[in-house]
Amino acid sequence: MTDELYRRERFPSGLAHLGLDTVEREIPSDEPPALAANAELNWIGKAVPRWDAREKVTGTARYTVDIHLPGMLHAAVLRSPYPHARIKSIDISQAEATPGVQAVLRLFATDVPDEEVFVRYAGQAIVAVAADTPELARQVLQSITIDYEPLPFFVDLASSKQAVNATVYENSDLAGVQSAGLPAMATDYELNVNVLGPTNQHSRGDIHKGFAEAAVIAEGRYQTQVQTHCCMEPHAIVASWGGDALEIWMSTQFTAGVRAQFARQFDLPLARVRVHANAIGGGFGSKSQMSWYGRTAAELSRLAGAPVRLVYHRDEEQLDSGNRSSSEQALRIGARADGTLSAIQLQSYGSAGTAFNAGVGAIAAAMYQCTNVDTEHFDVFTNTGPSTAMRGPGNTQGAFALEQAIDEIARQLNMDPVVLRDKIDGSPVRREERRLGAEKIGWAQRTSPGADSGPIKCGLGMAQSMWPALVQTNAACEVRLWRDGRVEVLSSVQDIGTGVGTTLIQVVAEELGIAPELIQVRIGDTEFPSGPPSYGSRTTASITPPARVAAWRVKQALLSMLASNWEVSADELQIQQGQIYLQSDPARRISWQQAAAMLRTDRISETAGRGDDYAGFASHNGDAAMAINGLGGVQFAEVEVDTETGVIRVLKVVAVQDCGRPINPIQLESQVQGGVLMGVSYALLEERIMDTHTGLMLNPNFIDYKLLGLCDMPEIEVTLLENYQGLSATDAYGIAEPANIPTAPAIANAVYNAIGVRLYSLPMTPDKVLQALGTVRGGQG
Amino acid sequence: MQRFEWQRANTPEMATAHTRTTAQAMLSLDKEPEAHQSILIKAGGVDLLDLMKAGLVVPKRLVDISQLHELEGISRTAEGGFRIGTLTTLAQIAGHETLAQQYPALIDAVASAASPQIRNRATIGGNLLQRPRCWYLRSAAHHCLRKGGAHCFALDGDNRYHAIFANQSCAIVHASTPATPLLAFSAEVELRNHDGKQRRVALKDFFRLPQADLHRENILADGELLTAVLLPPPSPANRSVYLEVGEKAAFDWPLAAVSIVLQMARDQQCQQASIVLGAVAPIPWQASAAEAVVQGARINSETARAAAEAALTDATPLADNGYKLHLVKTLVQRAIMSTVN
Repeated sequence: MTDELYRRERFPSGLAHLGLDTVEREIPSDEPPALAANAELNWIGKAVPRWDAREKVTGTARYTVDIHLPGMLHAAVLRSPYPHARIKSIDISQAEATPGVQAVLRLFATDVPDEEVFVRYAGQAIVAVAADTPELARQVLQSITIDYEPLPFFVDLASSKQAVNATVYENSDLAGVQSAGLPAMATDYELNVNVLGPTNQHSRGDIHKGFAEAAVIAEGRYQTQVQTHCCMEPHAIVASWGGDALEIWMSTQFTAGVRAQFARQFDLPLARVRVHANAIGGGFGSKSQMSWYGRTAAELSRLAGAPVRLVYHRDEEQLDSGNRSSSEQALRIGARADGTLSAIQLQSYGSAGTAFNAGVGAIAAAMYQCTNVDTEHFDVFTNTGPSTAMRGPGNTQGAFALEQAIDEIARQLNMDPVVLRDKIDGSPVRREERRLGAEKIGWAQRTSPGADSGPIKCGLGMAQSMWPALVQTNAACEVRLWRDGRVEVLSSVQDIGTGVGTTLIQVVAEELGIAPELIQVRIGDTEFPSGPPSYGSRTTASITPPARVAAWRVKQALLSMLASNWEVSADELQIQQGQIYLQSDPARRISWQQAAAMLRTDRISETAGRGDDYAGFASHNGDAAMAINGLGGVQFAEVEVDTETGVIRVLKVVAVQDCGRPINPIQLESQVQGGVLMGVSYALLEERIMDTHTGLMLNPNFIDYKLLGLCDMPEIEVTLLENYQGLSATDAYGIAEPANIPTAPAIANAVYNAIGVRLYSLPMTPDKVLQALGTVRGGQG
Repeated sequence: MQRFEWQRANTPEMATAHTRTTAQAMLSLDKEPEAHQSILIKAGGVDLLDLMKAGLVVPKRLVDISQLHELEGISRTAEGGFRIGTLTTLAQIAGHETLAQQYPALIDAVASAASPQIRNRATIGGNLLQRPRCWYLRSAAHHCLRKGGAHCFALDGDNRYHAIFANQSCAIVHASTPATPLLAFSAEVELRNHDGKQRRVALKDFFRLPQADLHRENILADGELLTAVLLPPPSPANRSVYLEVGEKAAFDWPLAAVSIVLQMARDQQCQQASIVLGAVAPIPWQASAAEAVVQGARINSETARAAAEAALTDATPLADNGYKLHLVKTLVQRAIMSTVN
């Protein structure tokens, strides 16, 4: 140990499969030395089985819906049957008088008279009740009388954009409008009937000059649909007051974040709110906040003086738990004869229902080199359930347009789409991903559109993604060593299914030189140091470095104790496979357990926070920071299109992705597979369908809302790059979102390659394929 | 879902005492205050539980017939055909080797219905009697014509999955996948009422178009039980084919389906043709004009194309489902050609 605050270390650097270099970084002196590349490690980079796999497959894992507390009540929610209405009166007296009903709560501010309350989408919550049984709770909703005055509405982007009279908000309402994506305020913009904006503009250079220089121009209008999250576990919470403390069990992507929200909402000290999240059945962005239903469960519990359980039904999931916003994108790209881009112009509209920030990401302005760029985005409010972040929000919609337009440029220039991207994409990592992917899919064998003779045409296509490498800088992790040699890793970080628990075990086992069996992970509880959220693909990047730092410090403490006992220097001690020995005299050794037994106290503990990346951050906003280099991936799709039925089958997807240092390849592969499957499902099937006359959702179930099934799944080949940059104690970053973004455009490009016709609208259903082929007339709608 | 009583039927008589059809129960929920008094028959319960969860039927009591083993199983009939008991599951039918050899279109259709889990549970009787697919019918918030309302929401609403035939008043599509091959094979159903009276009805006379009855898809009466499906003797000259197109490869209703049974003579000459379309009409749709083209003709690509064109006779596509015309054409053509290839 040194007294200096910083020291210099050399880290592995570069892409492992191409041969590694090193990079020197200045690091805090209380952080561990540079971690070797995966090839030299015992646990990190290895396919360690998921820590909770047995519990999950045997059904013993406890989800929030499995929590049953003594005396627990059940909540049910009365929701608006109208897409837009003024509420003239609410009568809850009969419900309040019903035996077994313990609390009835009106969900609008109490100081607002009934007649000034508006509901803005069908499914919006109005009253919540807590009763002795779930059946009674739902049944008693029927005794609540609400007098509605139905008002005009629009449920689709195209009509709402043209609306003459506002059907969602007035300017004065904007302060209360929630954001569907990154934090932003609707009040910063002007509302024009139902259209807000432009809300997001990227402008550089001179596009007029750029288009004048263009040898070719690709122009298209792209449409993407509303997709719902479809978490297998519904939104669920159990809230319980004990004196002046609030205890919450919640299926959430951010225990520490919702604790802060509950504390603020109920004016409680942070230390008096405890949030648990054990097993979680998916979130995909929709379980990031306390939300009104969290607040409602806690309010009902306080009113009733008993724990309250609130669990969404599937139709409530589909109507009111968030969704991916729709988009309409007019994209125009100009390129010079050599392929370099001379101008990018994008005008986009998006609808996040009653929320705003229905963006299409920054991917059009940021993925490729181009000096002349002009993008503007407008939010269109509709009388539909509010969107929230969903796996790669914005960029997923944006990539569908951008990546098809780039392919169109390649076609016009008679260039290979991979070669064109090599020219216009400055990222060396993406270039390598393209090279590997092309090799694995057999890109060289790609034929021209329509080359197959029969009605069934095959095609290959590719697309790529980008996503910021995000880090939560207030993430912290504790590592404890007990006298019996057992180790605990503690953080409020939650495992939403990605396997962060396993990852933590691997990192700590690696640092301590002991077997994973000695390590227990305790996460998803805010009594432990605050972990990061599981959104924005940031969990691994945020929590694994502090876990390793804390483990290293515990190790240092154990070794110092032993060193002073043996009268040697701690620097001379080594740990390998659970044995601690003197480097100069390996025969002098002691087992990990024996050393731990010598501790003066029952346990020792270290807590570490996530420091800055060793090379700093590209930007820092509150507790969130962006690493110097982003993440991405390239996907190649092989499809088969039946030109007589319009059915597209995706036969194979090759996904080449980067995430810094991969910690657990099987978990990463399964996350990439999840991203691809979600992408195929988005490309071919999923769509929230609204009835324009009644304003109601027509498919709020899993029969009519079509999700990809087992028989529709393509073969998926995943390749993970090992990309070392020496940026943190683990040098690991995320993967969830970049694995979802490129799938739909890769399929669309493959469809073009198969049939020579471009599909501009998602999902690419048989009727749209037949329409594009000119086989059937367009719809009259 | 509201509370209901549950009763196990030990005899078929218990199943027919005071029970209603789901069609009647759905209609009466709207019309009569005593709607909750409905007593409904439950076999596999696949469709019934969906209707109950959606609040479309609110039975007072369910009579569970799933233990009436006399109604289960596949046996030979005196005429040399087969009798499929109403409680026989789709999985049992799909796994029946003799049926697979002699009625291949039926087995292909049955094996492609729903999912393996549902086929293990769903009975052939329940499958034929399940309520139609229409998201307006199946949404309690839409008080549609079929439920006793004044308006068919599908006609001017989102009708991408709706009927292209006989859709003038109500554009539902019949939901049974096995029904199309059964009709193509000229199957009959056996119905038994509370007095123990049995009647045999040809499947083609069993189903009802909205023009004939706005609220029911078949002639099953309250208190009546569908006890069996009867297949006529197989003919060695028969070639049968089932084809469908769907957005998903499994666990979804097809966008369009076709079952054909062609009785072939020498030289690929067709003597008798039965062509039935699925998922395009309120009932399994007999494409008579297409049958007429094929009957007595030599089967070749010319005949197949002409029959496919003829299959669209009387089609009246709606705003969003014109693509189904093309699917029907493709399926009919492919099905006919596959009998000779």
